[in-house]
Amino acid sequence: MIRLIEDLHIQFVCRIMVPLIQFFALYVIAHGHYSPGGGFQGGCILGASFILMMIAYDIEYVKKRFPEKFNTFMVAFGVFLYAAIGALCLILGAEYLNYGILHKILPADPVKVRALGTLGIEIGVGITVSAVMLSIFLNLSTFGKHEKSEV
Amino acid sequence: MIWIVDILLLTIVVICAIGAIYVKDLLSSAILLGAYSFLMCLLWTEMGAVDVAFTEAAVGAGISTAFFIGAIYQTTRRTKD
Repeated sequence: MIRLIEDLHIQFVCRIMVPLIQFFALYVIAHGHYSPGGGFQGGCILGASFILMMIAYDIEYVKKRFPEKFNTFMVAFGVFLYAAIGALCLILGAEYLNYGILHKILPADPVKVRALGTLGIEIGVGITVSAVMLSIFLNLSTFGKHEKSEV
Repeated sequence: MIWIVDILLLTIVVICAIGAIYVKDLLSSAILLGAYSFLMCLLWTEMGAVDVAFTEAAVGAGISTAFFIGAIYQTTRRTKD
């Protein structure tokens, strides 16, 4: 087992890198439907930024900003967003996840609405993937006890 | 000459994969797997599958290496066999 080492260089580089990584993750999620990337990749990068913060600082430091209860809520919320957009299409009279029908309730033409629906799906996938990655690392590094860990 | 790059990358990928199995230090093994993932990412890019390469770089090299290191801290660093 290694102990927590408060290293100034690592913490300084982490403090500069984490916002850039998170902006890049949001860029990947937002441009997922017409360039490489998407919800899964962007969510992985977003989760990796929190994991970097956990490694460089402390798990308690991240938990103060991103509590465990909120994390678990986010896992369910992303899946709910995905299912809700799909079910909304179903309610409006089209197939599941057929976003074109959303132009009945949104003020735009069907082509733009289709891109908007894809963006909603990507956001849901990204939220779930980042929260699940964070939860997996939290469980791995604390033996699932959610106490103060040593990583 | 793209096939020269291809053969070079494939050779290093095989070396990394065999090294990750045979090395005794588990932390080195995790880092070798990360290097393997990055080289596979280069191979996917060279074959034109940019989306797969992106996933390989984000998941294989980024997240799973961090998970391996987090798991190794809970066990011993040396293999017993």
